Amino acid sequence: MNAKLIGAVGTFAVAALLAGPAAADKTKIDFWFGNSGDIAKRVQEQCERFNASQADYEVVCTSQGSYDASLQNTIAAFRAGQQPTIAQVSDAGTLDIMLSGAYYPANKLMTDMGYTVDWKDYFSGIANYYATSKGEMYSFPFNSSTALLYWNKDAFAKIGKDHAPATWEEAAADFKALKAAGYACPLGFNISRDEVWQLGEQFLAVHGEPIATRKNGYEGLDAELSFNKGKWVQFVRDLKGWYDNGEAVIKSKETGQTFIEAFANGDCQVILTSVGDHGNIGRTAKEGLNWDVAMLPVYEGTDRKSSFVGGASLWVLTGKSDAEYKGAAAFFDFIAKPEEALTWSTVTGYIPVRNSGFEYLNQQGFYKEAPYKGRELAIQSLTASPAEDPAPQGIRLGGLLQIRQEISNGLQAIFIKNEDVQASLDTAADRGNQILRKFEQTYAGKTLP
Amino acid sequence: MEKRATFSSTTIGLLFALPMLVLIFVFFYWPSGQALYWAFTLEQPWGGGNTWVGLQNFRQLLSDPYYWGAISRSMVFGLGSTSIAMGVALLLALFTDREMRGHKAYRSVFIWPYAIAAPALGLAFRFILAPEAGFLSLINQIWPGLWNPALDGTDAMIAVIIAFSWKYVGYNFIFFLSALQSIPRSLIEAAAMDGSGPMRRMWDIQLPLLTPTLFFLLVINITESFQDSFGIVDIMTQGGPARATELMVYKIYFDGFKGLDYSGAAAQSIILMGLVVLLTIVQFRFVERRVHYK
Repeated sequence: MNAKLIGAVGTFAVAALLAGPAAADKTKIDFWFGNSGDIAKRVQEQCERFNASQADYEVVCTSQGSYDASLQNTIAAFRAGQQPTIAQVSDAGTLDIMLSGAYYPANKLMTDMGYTVDWKDYFSGIANYYATSKGEMYSFPFNSSTALLYWNKDAFAKIGKDHAPATWEEAAADFKALKAAGYACPLGFNISRDEVWQLGEQFLAVHGEPIATRKNGYEGLDAELSFNKGKWVQFVRDLKGWYDNGEAVIKSKETGQTFIEAFANGDCQVILTSVGDHGNIGRTAKEGLNWDVAMLPVYEGTDRKSSFVGGASLWVLTGKSDAEYKGAAAFFDFIAKPEEALTWSTVTGYIPVRNSGFEYLNQQGFYKEAPYKGRELAIQSLTASPAEDPAPQGIRLGGLLQIRQEISNGLQAIFIKNEDVQASLDTAADRGNQILRKFEQTYAGKTLP
Repeated sequence: MEKRATFSSTTIGLLFALPMLVLIFVFFYWPSGQALYWAFTLEQPWGGGNTWVGLQNFRQLLSDPYYWGAISRSMVFGLGSTSIAMGVALLLALFTDREMRGHKAYRSVFIWPYAIAAPALGLAFRFILAPEAGFLSLINQIWPGLWNPALDGTDAMIAVIIAFSWKYVGYNFIFFLSALQSIPRSLIEAAAMDGSGPMRRMWDIQLPLLTPTLFFLLVINITESFQDSFGIVDIMTQGGPARATELMVYKIYFDGFKGLDYSGAAAQSIILMGLVVLLTIVQFRFVERRVHYK
């Protein structure tokens, strides 16, 4: 494995040497990101718009294929001294880079380069997810999303309903009715590592329950997982009940069709997924599919809190020249323009990250028309509770991806091997805690900013 | 007296060997040394420093029942895929050697799978073996619920073993075929004249003469099955369902490359390396005795 890692470092060193000294009067800066496919094309277009908008800087944007690969490549390049100026880091990698000291804080960068940024303009839920415990922004929120419930209106009409379930009690009755009406897959879901965030983290967020102590880790590296102690246990039990009754069906790449494809195809009637899939589902939906989105349901009697933001933010790395930092600042200034927010939200399903961008989109009537209607619910969901609400507003846990893997393994044991719900979740939490302790020990002596 | 230029043989020898030694050092000893060092520390991924923790990483791994599960799954995977890949390849090579119809085409076609990258292979097999949409979904239409690698651990293990074996059948086939073709025809013809049939000749002449190749491929296949399977596992099952296909090498890949736990992954790769070395020693010690090189 290490041979590969070193090999990768070597490759990047060579690539950077070859790509580096292009004789040009423009300052070139590198921007590495993890999105692929259609989204990668949209990022590329944004970079081209920036390059065309001014004559001093040229940003070279390179997709690394996935969030994990992008982070891995950035780290390898950083350790070899060949890092890009701007790197995209997803929610799961945020804490590692925050503790690394390998970055130029975004707020400091903009001040140093003479830009004034109204940090309060960022939606609080989005800002808080990436901010330090003191509320300082070290990175720029970039592609942001949150989970929504997607529902098939025609199927619900068959059971005499014209609205999506707002509570899980209502949802349970709907699933039952849909099943009775002959639908084979009332709720499509998956419990693989990459698809547990909407079932777990988002559920806990909207219910205002912690995933871990110490305010989900914002207040210290000594946080302990606590998702196995609250309402979520009941939710997993309910989900398992629906699964056993055939009202909820696992749909994944391994079974042959993801739940998103199953929904777009009309095979599943309800799914929970990112607002980022809104555009994709719109484009790939079977002809005549009559669908809409709603906020995630909560259990009856719950005071709804803000959901968490998903996606990634942009970090500026250390070890670059002043000219390159000027270029980076100019790029951030450019992508913060409301017009850019409009284009970005039009071509992707991602939401604007600033209030001003959102207002601009509203003025343009963006959310009134069919393909984009409903996406404003993501903003509503992200801002359901005020910024000063004591409920956790993000997750700041080390080894988050490994913890998700443990949760996923726990859920798979419950759903596939019929193991006890509480015992499996306890095991997942125990094993997650071991990951947290190891992480804490790795960064011994460092304090969380 | 004729004058002769003399060279110190040691220096010249070393000079000729130097490029190779440098390559081996850069691509093998250096990274292995780094991994060995990391295995005894806690390394911060961004390079902010590390702490010496002695054997802690190893102790944690070896006291984890799930890690032992991964070790035994790797064994099952290694034995399963090696026997399928070698058995099928040997059969195909024996048939091709008998110059059955179309043998010229097989000879070049069978090596192709080895040239396919593991992720592409995984993608293809995920589709072929998908319980609801793939080719094998036909089975489920006849016996509902019989085949489901997405929800059944045993099926998932069978699926990754099949995909991995499929890749190595081609590789083994080439070795078997060339070994078979280097067996003197006169031996086989003599046996045929004495009245032994094809099966007898395979069993008594060809197989014994193949033992060096069999042994070589056994060592290679076992080693590769422990190291080369993470791409297929990552695409086909991600180690699931419920850890059923979490092999040692996939765990290394996931912990190190995705989870940024460099030290844990380094310790695991040291354990994996030790295990592969041990298995190879066992094979040389006990299996090689039965090999006849001449």
